[in-house]
Amino acid sequence: MDTFLQTLKDALAIGSLYALIALGYTMVYGILKFINFAHSDVVVLGAWGSLVLSRWLEARTGSTWTTDTPAPAYIGLLVLLAAMVFCGLVGFTIERLAYKPLRKAPRLNVLITAIGVSLFLQNTGQLESLFGNRPRSIPALLPDQTLVSIGRVNVTTLDVVGLGTAVALMVLLEWLVFHTKMGRAMRAVSHNTTTASLMGVPVNRVISFTFVLGSMLAAAGGFLWSLKYQQIGQTADTSWTLLGLKAFVAAVVGGIGNVRGAMVGGLAIGSLEMFGCAYYKSSMADVYVFGVLIVVLLFRPGGILGKATIEKV
Amino acid sequence: MLEVRDVSVSYGAIKALHGVSLTVEQGQIVTLIGCNGAGKSTTLRAISGLVKPSAGSIHFEGKPVSRMPPHEIVRLGVVQAPEGRGIFSNMTVRENIDLGAFTRSDKHAIAADREKAMELFPRLRERISQNAGTLSGGEQQMLAIARALMARPRLLLLDEPSLGLAPQIVQTIFKIIRELNAPPPRGAGTTILLVEQNAHMALNIAHHAYVLEVGAITMQGPAAQLAASDEVRKAYLGGR
Repeated sequence: MDTFLQTLKDALAIGSLYALIALGYTMVYGILKFINFAHSDVVVLGAWGSLVLSRWLEARTGSTWTTDTPAPAYIGLLVLLAAMVFCGLVGFTIERLAYKPLRKAPRLNVLITAIGVSLFLQNTGQLESLFGNRPRSIPALLPDQTLVSIGRVNVTTLDVVGLGTAVALMVLLEWLVFHTKMGRAMRAVSHNTTTASLMGVPVNRVISFTFVLGSMLAAAGGFLWSLKYQQIGQTADTSWTLLGLKAFVAAVVGGIGNVRGAMVGGLAIGSLEMFGCAYYKSSMADVYVFGVLIVVLLFRPGGILGKATIEKV
Repeated sequence: MLEVRDVSVSYGAIKALHGVSLTVEQGQIVTLIGCNGAGKSTTLRAISGLVKPSAGSIHFEGKPVSRMPPHEIVRLGVVQAPEGRGIFSNMTVRENIDLGAFTRSDKHAIAADREKAMELFPRLRERISQNAGTLSGGEQQMLAIARALMARPRLLLLDEPSLGLAPQIVQTIFKIIRELNAPPPRGAGTTILLVEQNAHMALNIAHHAYVLEVGAITMQGPAAQLAASDEVRKAYLGGR
C-alpha cells in the first residue's frame, strides 16, 4: 500500500510536469501543424532563468537559502512569474524571427528550422558567459516540510505546491481556450486559418499569442522541475532531451492538437513510467514510455482523445 | 462602393485573373457568373485580401484595400461567406455565430443581432448548441450567411451559396438574400456581391451582372438585359 501511494504521488508530480510541457507542443501543432522541437529548450531556459534569478536574489539579499532555511514564499512566486515572462518573450521572439518568415513554406522547412533553433539554444546556453557547461543547483525556494503522512508516505510542501501550480495553470488554460474570445479565435485558427481570417481574426497575433502561452507553461515546467530536482544540468544535457521527448510523447498519446488530450497524456505517461519503475524494473523507465508510443501509433494513431481523421480522396 | 480595377492574380505560374474590373454600387445586388474555374472565387479572394493581386487595384469606399490583411478588410465592413461554407465543425452553432462578431465588442448589440439572425434562420435556433459539423448542407449555408451577418457587413460577399443544395433550399436562400438587400424597414439594405454558377437564379435577383470567362470579364450590364441576351442564354441559361 505504501509503495502504491508513494508511486501515485510521484506519478502525479511528474505527470503534471509532462502535461504542462506537452501543452506547448500540442497548441503549436494545433495551429501551425508542425512540431516545435525548440519547445523543450524553452523549458530549459525556464529552469536556468529561475536558477540565475534566485541566485542573484540570494546574493542581493545577502542570505543563503538551504532546505533548512528556505527563501520566503513570495520569492518563489516572484521567480516563477519572472521565468514565465522571460520565456514568454523568448517564445515570441523565436516565432517572429524563425517561424513567421516561413509561414508559406513547406512544413518540412519549418520543422528543420525548429531543430536549428533547438541546437542554437542548447549550444549558446553552454557559453561560460551564459550558464556554463556544468550542472548547478538552485537555492531552496520552498521549505521541505511534511504536511501529512499517510502510512509511511510523506506529503511535503514541495509536492503540494508543485502539483497545485501545475493544476492551477492547466485550469486557467482550459478556461482561456474554451471560454474566452481569444480562445475561440485560437480554436478557429487551428481549424481553418483562412476562414478564421475572414471572420476578422488577426491570425498572426493569435499565433504569437499561442507561442507566448506555450512558452510560459514551459517556463513553469522548468521551474517546477528545478524545485523538484535542485540539480540542473547544462542546456544540452540528456535529462532535458528526455524530458522534452517524454512530454512530446504525452502530447501524441493524448492526441496531438488537443489541449485536454495533452493533460490526459501527461498524466498517463507519468503514471506508466512511475508504476512501471515501482512494480517492474526501474532501469526500463524509458522503454515503457516509448513502447507505449509505438502501441498508440499502431492501434490508435489519433491518440487517447484524438478523433480518427478521415482522409478525403 | 467597391471598385476593382484591372486586377490580375497568379497562383505560381498559373494566371487566374487577367485584368478584371468591376464596380459595385451601394444598395445593389451585383452578380458575377461564369463556369467552374473562370476565376469567380479568386476575384472574391482578392477582394477579401486572401490573395494579393499582381497588378491592378481594389478600392472600398475610396480606400485602397489590396495590400491590407484580411482581418482589417473585415473591419471595414467587407465580409465574405466563403465557398464550401467554411464552417468550424469543431465548434457549436452558437460559437460559429459568435465568431462572426469577432471584430465587435458591444455585447448587447451582438446578442440582439444573434436574435435577428435566428429569426431569419429559425433552423439555426433549433440547432444552436449542436456541433456545427452535424448540420445538413443547407443548414451549414444558412450558418455561413448568419455568421457573416454578425459582422454587420456593409458589403456582403457570397461565394456560391447554392452549391450542392436541393432546389427548395436554394429558393429559401435566395429569398433571404433578396430580403437582406431590401431597403429598411423591410430588410437591412445590405449591398451584396454574389458569385454564382446558377446563373438563372442569380440574374433573377441581381441588379447588375458580370460574366467571367477564363479570368476575364466578357460581358456586363443590367441583370435583366444580360438574362435576355442570346449569348448568355445559350451559354449559361440552357436556352437555344
